[in-house]
Amino acid sequence: MEVQKTALYNYHKNLGAKFVPFAGYEMPIQYKDGIVKEHISTRTHAGFFDVSHMGQFFLEGDETLIESLEKIIPADLKNLKVNHSKYSFLLNNEGGIIDDLIITRTEKGFCIILNAACKENDIKQISQFLNKDHKHLLNDDLSLIALQGPKSVEILEKLIPGVDNLKFMTGSNFDYEGEKLYVTRSGYTGEDGFEISISNTKVEKLIDYLISNEVKPVGLGARDTLRLEAGLCLYGHDLNEKINPVEANLKWAIAKKRKEVGGFNGWEKIKNLLVNGSEKIRVGIKPDGKVIARENTKIFSSDNNEIGFVTSGTFGPSVNAPVAMGYVKSEFSEVGTSIQLEVRGKKYGGKISELPFYKKSYVK
Amino acid sequence: MSEKKFSKKHEWVSLDGDVATVGITKHATEMLGDIVFVEVPDAGKAVEKEGQAAVVESTKAASDVYSPISGEITEGNKAIADDPGSVNTDPEGASWFFKLKIKDKGEYDSLMSKDEYDKFCKENPS
Repeated sequence: MEVQKTALYNYHKNLGAKFVPFAGYEMPIQYKDGIVKEHISTRTHAGFFDVSHMGQFFLEGDETLIESLEKIIPADLKNLKVNHSKYSFLLNNEGGIIDDLIITRTEKGFCIILNAACKENDIKQISQFLNKDHKHLLNDDLSLIALQGPKSVEILEKLIPGVDNLKFMTGSNFDYEGEKLYVTRSGYTGEDGFEISISNTKVEKLIDYLISNEVKPVGLGARDTLRLEAGLCLYGHDLNEKINPVEANLKWAIAKKRKEVGGFNGWEKIKNLLVNGSEKIRVGIKPDGKVIARENTKIFSSDNNEIGFVTSGTFGPSVNAPVAMGYVKSEFSEVGTSIQLEVRGKKYGGKISELPFYKKSYVK
Repeated sequence: MSEKKFSKKHEWVSLDGDVATVGITKHATEMLGDIVFVEVPDAGKAVEKEGQAAVVESTKAASDVYSPISGEITEGNKAIADDPGSVNTDPEGASWFFKLKIKDKGEYDSLMSKDEYDKFCKENPS
């Protein structure tokens, strides 16, 4: 398959981006400043991220569309208000997570933001439940820009008046340069911020404005350290088709009503796990020293029994310490439990930690 | 102290009598990015030419540091283990990785000069 590029590819190049292949796209991993500076400037000022590789999937239809989607998504879509968003998943028959996503109610239906690596399969899976009256479109004419950090609201409000009225996980249409664009107050860094869906033809102009307001470009490298400090999962690492929402410690994302009534893929299994608990569960992990426990690091109990594995691990620049997430047997999941991490054949001490590592500052 | 010599794996070596000081080059730190973890060897450890001797990790990935020269470690630089970021600021000065007592000066002589190394980096961009 040919490597794809986002509309901003040349723009990134001019900004000094280093590219890596990611989910079939050439994406910036970092710019000239490097990962730590990009991370810190997002936490202290604002950063922008080109996340146009993610799928912007629009669905339209009558009431039966809600019924169809609720078979594969365990959110309460019936009661989701227009312009409100929820974090949810696509589930398989075993309750495994096919993808994690943000779904927003639109005037005519829904918009779902899908992970780039999963989007083709996601659409296949969703389509199984759709009927001929349901229209759907993966819109490649749109870019998606995340603007994240404490100064985001001040900067974007000057360009697009009204965005400061948005609450976390809500969105609205705005006028920009004679076009409509859609802005949600959301993100993947633990900071206040926005995701802006904008046509490929106008996106450079938006970025020009952000840069003129000292918003730094941020690559996938810092996106990863930011989201990990915020305790947020990365699909394909912390989540996959063999992991269900209870194991992933994401049962909060299954709507209360749906937990009781069910009617979605894998409910039988999930219902049982909600009552009895799961064998393993996702936890935060803090190594005692400076050692970084990266993905696939084996986790041992203090008496040397293997109890799990790391799914994401890095150095957290704002925490100023290594941080990780992984799965351990549930009896070892209590915060403060001492564990050992096997790195390069040597065991290092660590502890089960609260998530997030870095306190979120969403505007609710 | 002798002039610095360089390896293809981006380490530098300087020689003072039969004790060599080894670190990673500025070019290496630029490729690695922000360094966040360093592990240096303990005194007494025997290392072979091109054998793994230390570890350096950036926000992106972990890499081994090889000894460009055989010998016995006399000292690991604990200061860089405590402050890994200092490797980014002074890689070819205060932020050396380890010192070792060498066995064969010929191994040192066979390494690249500064000019040869700069040329090597230009021809092998990564």
